[in-house]
Amino acid sequence: MSAVVSAAPAASRPELITAVPVRRTGQWISAAVVVAIVALLVWSVATNENLQWSVVGDYLFDGSILRGAVTTIQLTVLSMVIGVVLGVVLAVMRLSANPVLSVVSNAYLWLFRGTPVLVQVVIWFNLALIFPTLGFGSFSVETNSVITTFGAALLALALNEAAYMAEVVRGGILSVDRGQTEAAHALGLTGSQTMRRIVLPQAMRVIVPPTGNELVTMLKTTSLVAVIGGTEMFGVAQAIGARDFTTFPMLIVACFWYLAMTSVLSYAQSKLERRFARGTQAGIANTPGTLQRLLGSRLPARTATPGGTR
Amino acid sequence: MTATTAATTATTMVLAEKVHKSFGHVEVLKGIDLEVGNGEVVCLLGPSGSGKSTFLRCINHLERIDGGRLSVDGELIGYRQNGDKLYEMHEREVAAQRRGIGMVFQRFNLFPHMTALENVMEAPVQVRKEAKASARVRSLELLERVGLGDKAGNYPAQLSGGQQQRVAIARALAMKPKLMLFDEPTSALDPELVGEVLDVMKDLAAEGMTMIVVTHEIGFAREVADTVVFMDGGVVVEAGKPSDVIGNPQHPRTQAFLSKVL
Repeated sequence: MSAVVSAAPAASRPELITAVPVRRTGQWISAAVVVAIVALLVWSVATNENLQWSVVGDYLFDGSILRGAVTTIQLTVLSMVIGVVLGVVLAVMRLSANPVLSVVSNAYLWLFRGTPVLVQVVIWFNLALIFPTLGFGSFSVETNSVITTFGAALLALALNEAAYMAEVVRGGILSVDRGQTEAAHALGLTGSQTMRRIVLPQAMRVIVPPTGNELVTMLKTTSLVAVIGGTEMFGVAQAIGARDFTTFPMLIVACFWYLAMTSVLSYAQSKLERRFARGTQAGIANTPGTLQRLLGSRLPARTATPGGTR
Repeated sequence: MTATTAATTATTMVLAEKVHKSFGHVEVLKGIDLEVGNGEVVCLLGPSGSGKSTFLRCINHLERIDGGRLSVDGELIGYRQNGDKLYEMHEREVAAQRRGIGMVFQRFNLFPHMTALENVMEAPVQVRKEAKASARVRSLELLERVGLGDKAGNYPAQLSGGQQQRVAIARALAMKPKLMLFDEPTSALDPELVGEVLDVMKDLAAEGMTMIVVTHEIGFAREVADTVVFMDGGVVVEAGKPSDVIGNPQHPRTQAFLSKVL
């Protein structure tokens, strides 16, 4: 859509074509319909007294909500860090020639991907029901002193994430040309050196974008922790809503912050992807934005500028 | 059908006896016998699918042989013999054996996330645990030697095919190998870039490096090789001096092949 005009001197070139673009009347009509529907919805929500907008305003920057948001971020970051590290280990195990390692890894994935993460959260929280104490021999501790609400949430989310990250990392590893491994082996590098020095650094290009996706997903998945009385943002918002009979306004507060956080992450992710795509495919840099796509047919040929506005 | 040059060389570097290799039900090598002397340059010629690349890859155990014996510098490759029993080697032992055997690939296989210099330094630093400073000096010398002293900081993607292959040769030489294996080193190159790679290989041969070269460059084989081996269908059809095998082939299969490529 974005016709890139070459900057080369036009001395010996034929004149550039200046044609009247195809009229896309349908696009304009549908855009108008969409705008009308959205306006109607916004109006009905904004003027709805049951929503108690004043409560939303009161709690949007409330201390307990903000502390909940911080807990959400902590839980997200810690779960992802553990999930990525364990995921790399599981991926390498799964691709290993050692059958013990690959079977263990396969079983792990089968178990943790095959059960709902919500169920896993509840299981870790209730671990004390079947193992009142943890330890072996004379050393043992109360389960509930180790696995607090936050601990249970972290365990559940991190271990579940590891299973998904293992598949992401495996895809990355498999994307690296076999010749790389052969060249490293021919030089006398051992299997683990080859993985660490040669294969994984190259796999990163493939691993990073889906990991960004996983991070955004994780941020939202932390809300499941509310069911075990977690003090992350959604849990806090629900508790306040239940106490003050302001369920819906508190849901809006929570959604506002989730959207704010995922928007930041998505923006960072798109930046990161552009960075990693650099030099590989020219495509991404020239992908037109939505506005550009809609208006593109009305605009004469021009050089693509990111986020081009009129 | 052994390419014996024992008369001209003191010691044997590579000794293959009845080497067999199958991929599934397909027997790719059907009993290869070959002896390569120290300092000798051997060129393996033959149509694609004749097993010459597979045989080369067996020499540093990138492929595991199923039958026969294959040794480099008197050491069995990939196996340990105790009495008349063979024991498979541990991965680390195989890696140790490969340190003395350099290999250059058709598709270069440089590490794209490292500069030319880092590519050359990687094995000395990681495998031989050489100090970085001295490895750097030596690697720069090697790049200089293949005519790329000014490209040390370039990434493989910034180099032409011929330059990449010369870096790959320097990378293999950095491990001070006693034997160099070349797997069609010029087949992926533009014709105009073939010469610069062959020149480096000629210098190497002149310095006395033991080399086994799988190639389609008949001119190179005629000029540089001490022995030319013609393979077809997983067996050595004919072997001998280039003047004999290329100049005056005896076997009809060799004659047919050469008449097409010359």
